[in-house]
Amino acid sequence: MIDVVVFFFLLGVLARLVKSDLRLPEALYETLSIYLLLAIGLKGGIELSKQPVAALAPQVLACVALGFVIPFVLYPVLRVLKLAGVDAAALAAHYGSVSVVTFAVATAALAREGIAHESHAALWVAVMEAPGLVAGILLARWSTRSAQGGGAGLRGGVRWGELLHDVLFGKSVLLLLGGLAIGALAGEVGTAPIRAVFIDPFKGVLALFLLELGLVAGARLAEVRRFGAAVLVVGVGVPPLLALAGAFTGAALGLSVGGVALLATLAASASYIAAPTAMRIAVPQANAALSITAALGITFPFNIVIGIPLYIELARRLA
Amino acid sequence: MTKHPKTLLTIVTEAVLEKALVRDVRERGAQGWIVSEVHGAGREGVREGAWEADRTIELKVICDAPVADAIGEYVLATYASNYSVAIWFSEVAVLRPERY
Repeated sequence: MIDVVVFFFLLGVLARLVKSDLRLPEALYETLSIYLLLAIGLKGGIELSKQPVAALAPQVLACVALGFVIPFVLYPVLRVLKLAGVDAAALAAHYGSVSVVTFAVATAALAREGIAHESHAALWVAVMEAPGLVAGILLARWSTRSAQGGGAGLRGGVRWGELLHDVLFGKSVLLLLGGLAIGALAGEVGTAPIRAVFIDPFKGVLALFLLELGLVAGARLAEVRRFGAAVLVVGVGVPPLLALAGAFTGAALGLSVGGVALLATLAASASYIAAPTAMRIAVPQANAALSITAALGITFPFNIVIGIPLYIELARRLA
Repeated sequence: MTKHPKTLLTIVTEAVLEKALVRDVRERGAQGWIVSEVHGAGREGVREGAWEADRTIELKVICDAPVADAIGEYVLATYASNYSVAIWFSEVAVLRPERY
């Protein structure tokens, strides 16, 4: 059974396909994304206030490692599919990083099925954004260097400090971690007065945001034909494989069924906000449209419509 | 009222370059700049600015012709091969030339 929020996404895609004039105002899109990030962080933070933070270190380390390793595993596969080195590296970075909205849809699906999950899971999202991007940039440098026979690699080099600053203090990580901190400090009682804004209407806001993302993803669908079968194979084939890696990691960490499903979803998800921006700056030679088409045009819809129910089923069997 | 000739340099490019471009134009002697968000299409295709990673900016600088030339040349050499970049120069007249 498809979750109700997913119908909003499909409505957005449909609107795009029939060339409707529907368009959400830019300011609303911006507001909704800030809301979602803060709300996800807050919710996790409230639960975080109930347990010792030090106990979470193994999970955080595993999440960082998972995000970092994914691009290295994916890169040779993408090369076999005849992608150019820089394109393979940039695309691998998108999959190493994560999609917050895919995560949000997964939590909504778990709630609907009555499956509990580690409530501090927002912390995993926050720490999994950057490692994949760093791995992708390293791969891109390595691939251009070997293509030029030991030359200078990427022209002009990468401004690592600036790039890390942009990722770590960018909107998404800042708001997620900020929300987590506020939730953890204020606790259940302290956050009670803002529940009516940040906790209860979450799913409705998510639905509205998915309508907008449907419009954006619908526009990318037309691009799929341009890139041919390879991008389709990657967009649909890669997420379930990465979900397996995430699910096994979650099971090894001893997570609950919901936790395993969420980690599988995070591993399977592809970033379409932080990664495109970071790759555009650090790996400008890579074909940005190719990565976006795979991440947002194919993988995102695949995950929220088909993937997440599969990953929940997988988690049921593993955990 | 005395008017003074200056060059208006306009650069339309991907929003991810904003930080770097602002640094570049300052380093080359521009005293001020204006950035606005735009959308449109060019040879590389449509850029409709539908979400964060798809935005386009227009950067305007009013300066002396040699400064505009230096900025234009640098931007072309540094970014044009990998990014969508449109650059044009216009002659404008300003009051209070020391501001530019």
